[in-house]
Amino acid sequence: MTAAAKHLTPVVLELGGKCPAVIDSDVDLQVTARRIVAGKWQANNGQACISVDYIITTKDFAPKLIDALRKGIEECFGTDPMESKDISRIVSSNHFSRLQSLMDEYKVYNKIVVGGQRNQKELKIAPTIFLDVPGDSQLMQEEIFGPLLPIITVENVKDSIDLINSKPKPLAAYLFTNNDKLKNYFVQSVSSGGMAINDTVLHVTVSSLPFGGVGESGMGSYHGKFSFDAFSHKKAVLYRSFSGDSSVRYPPYTPEKQKLIKAVTNGGIFNIILALMGWSRD
Amino acid sequence: MEGLEGTLAELRDTFKSGRTRSVAWRKSQLRGMIEFVQDNEERIFQALDQDVGKHPVEAYRDEVGVVAKSAKLSLSCVEKWMAPKKGDLPLVFFPASAQVMPEPFGVVLIMGSWNFPISLTLDPLIAAISAGNAVVLKPSELSPTCSSFLAENIPKYLDPKSIKVIEGGIDVCEQLLQQKWDKIFFTGSQRVGRIVMTAAAQHLTPVTLELGGKCPAIMDSSSNPTNMKVIAKRIAGAKWGSCSGQACIAIDYLLVEERFASDLIDLLAKTIKQFYGENPRESTSLCKIVNKNNFKRLLDLLKDPLVEASVAYGGSVDEEKMYIEPTILLNPPLDSQIMTEEIFGPLLPVITLDDIYESIDFISSRPKPLAIYAFTRDEKFKKQILSRTSSGSVTFNDTLLQFLCDSLPFGGVGQSGFGRYHGKYSFDTFSHEKAILQRGFFPELEPRYPPWNSFKLHFIKLAYAFNYIGLILLLLGLKK
Repeated sequence: MTAAAKHLTPVVLELGGKCPAVIDSDVDLQVTARRIVAGKWQANNGQACISVDYIITTKDFAPKLIDALRKGIEECFGTDPMESKDISRIVSSNHFSRLQSLMDEYKVYNKIVVGGQRNQKELKIAPTIFLDVPGDSQLMQEEIFGPLLPIITVENVKDSIDLINSKPKPLAAYLFTNNDKLKNYFVQSVSSGGMAINDTVLHVTVSSLPFGGVGESGMGSYHGKFSFDAFSHKKAVLYRSFSGDSSVRYPPYTPEKQKLIKAVTNGGIFNIILALMGWSRD
Repeated sequence: MEGLEGTLAELRDTFKSGRTRSVAWRKSQLRGMIEFVQDNEERIFQALDQDVGKHPVEAYRDEVGVVAKSAKLSLSCVEKWMAPKKGDLPLVFFPASAQVMPEPFGVVLIMGSWNFPISLTLDPLIAAISAGNAVVLKPSELSPTCSSFLAENIPKYLDPKSIKVIEGGIDVCEQLLQQKWDKIFFTGSQRVGRIVMTAAAQHLTPVTLELGGKCPAIMDSSSNPTNMKVIAKRIAGAKWGSCSGQACIAIDYLLVEERFASDLIDLLAKTIKQFYGENPRESTSLCKIVNKNNFKRLLDLLKDPLVEASVAYGGSVDEEKMYIEPTILLNPPLDSQIMTEEIFGPLLPVITLDDIYESIDFISSRPKPLAIYAFTRDEKFKKQILSRTSSGSVTFNDTLLQFLCDSLPFGGVGQSGFGRYHGKYSFDTFSHEKAILQRGFFPELEPRYPPWNSFKLHFIKLAYAFNYIGLILLLLGLKK
């Protein structure tokens, strides 16, 4: 954007962020777990701007959720995900090292509840879940962009919204719940590029929905007609004729002209007639 | 600056509290805006006269009237604009609903300009309010009477917890630009526009830049001579009748075929006398040059000997009164400053061409302007102008009026800026359109999940093509 500023070039920035998923306790657990697996490890093994970055759920519900996720991972990738052909590898050794250091940070390394296996030679990291890592750990400060999933627990599911709003605006936010009030509250209170309720990632496949960020997750959007608009300048064109010229538009300005201009701008036809009647032709 | 950071923190808290998001708040502020301009009309006229010598008719037409009209439109439409819009969903997503919901960006910065110091600060403010944002308004320090008038009176009519006016010069602007804003709306020069965008880039803040450029007017030979008087008035009105040429959409220069040039100049000269009398210096209908810097800049444009020699009408100057007579020049050199920079003053170069169609290449070989004006009845020529030039807007057979149409977006392209406002575009410019997809838990589509196989690939291919019959056949085992 700084470079574009030199030439006053407009930009669309599709960036990233930490996309949260809030899980309420009244959900269909099996479907929820599969959709989270789809939105995390099936999306380029977490290396996607709209992957679920971290989960927020209640303290009570977390153990059930972790079990369901463990099962979901096994259903999709088998008992040893490192052997599965259905999971992407990490893109480069740089990123592998980056993710490794996120995993090995002293604040989090003992919080792993699922996975943790890695193979540097093959650039593979297994789907890994952490429980309740500290808010100031690297895992919770940067966009993960990998197969590591922290689960943060709160007392009440509504507290999750304050937590999300205390961080930069993400590209996507997800909520799983059957509670309509919570859905409305979430939609109204959380600002993100886009959001999906009771699913992950799919909102970007709907061409009638704009795909783009807000705040630190970017500016501008595309998909569907938004794509055409993103690369178009909408030129305003006004066609007029020579007839219907009114000298009230032009100087010298007189009190009569002032009255008429007021009437015309205010739009009231009655006032215009009154002003016209009191207006002398020049 | 502690005061500024404290102010910003207060606005962030206010925005976070949700105060600015309700329909009731937005409407109350818009009503407050209407009351503000209606109650203070005379004082606004006086302030504008003080800063730029603007006559009350111009002041009403371009400033007070614009603000009142814009606030009334927003007041009547804001609820409709705020409502989420349903998105079309293909059957393959069933059951689901898709919506686009506009939401405010948050705390926004609006930087106004000095030539229309009321409307170019308050109209964007109306836009920001109708979209539900908290606002810092920074009027231009080059129109100090209007700036302090706004600072003193806006808090009396609008919510002081959510809308703040901050005055000051370059140092205050610099400090403002260092802060993190959720959106910046800037009206002003290209030079400062670059500075604003560079500062915004540090925080990934989206910006709208309403800049300027050299707005050309084309006069076609096919114009009926009896319409010439109307054309001359519209040209003169769009040059000297709009803040004495100090307007982003003022006509900067004219293009005309050589054989019509002298008649046109004569007619323009007559029109100037008609508008401003024999001695325009005495006219109250002509705005003054805003300050010494701009006066000197304009004088320097005329000092070039070849430019001076091209003066066909006017040209007199009173340095003490910072007055420059409405001036017409005939063919100043194309590489002179008057033809390479935005003039922003009462000097009108007339450039002659052999064939009026040459105007298209002339304009398109130069930076894209904010507006193009073309006086012509040649439909083929109109189509060519539209397809072979690019500008913020094009107006045929008239001038300036595009600014008053709420259904037309007002904004630039290329060096004349990006982003736009007026009418609903105003609301959109200060809104983030959030995409929302709502789904149920049932049914579940197995092909969404690994382990992958060729069946699932086939399924996804058919789904992307919306080939529902194919999908059914596949599911029934009847498709390979």
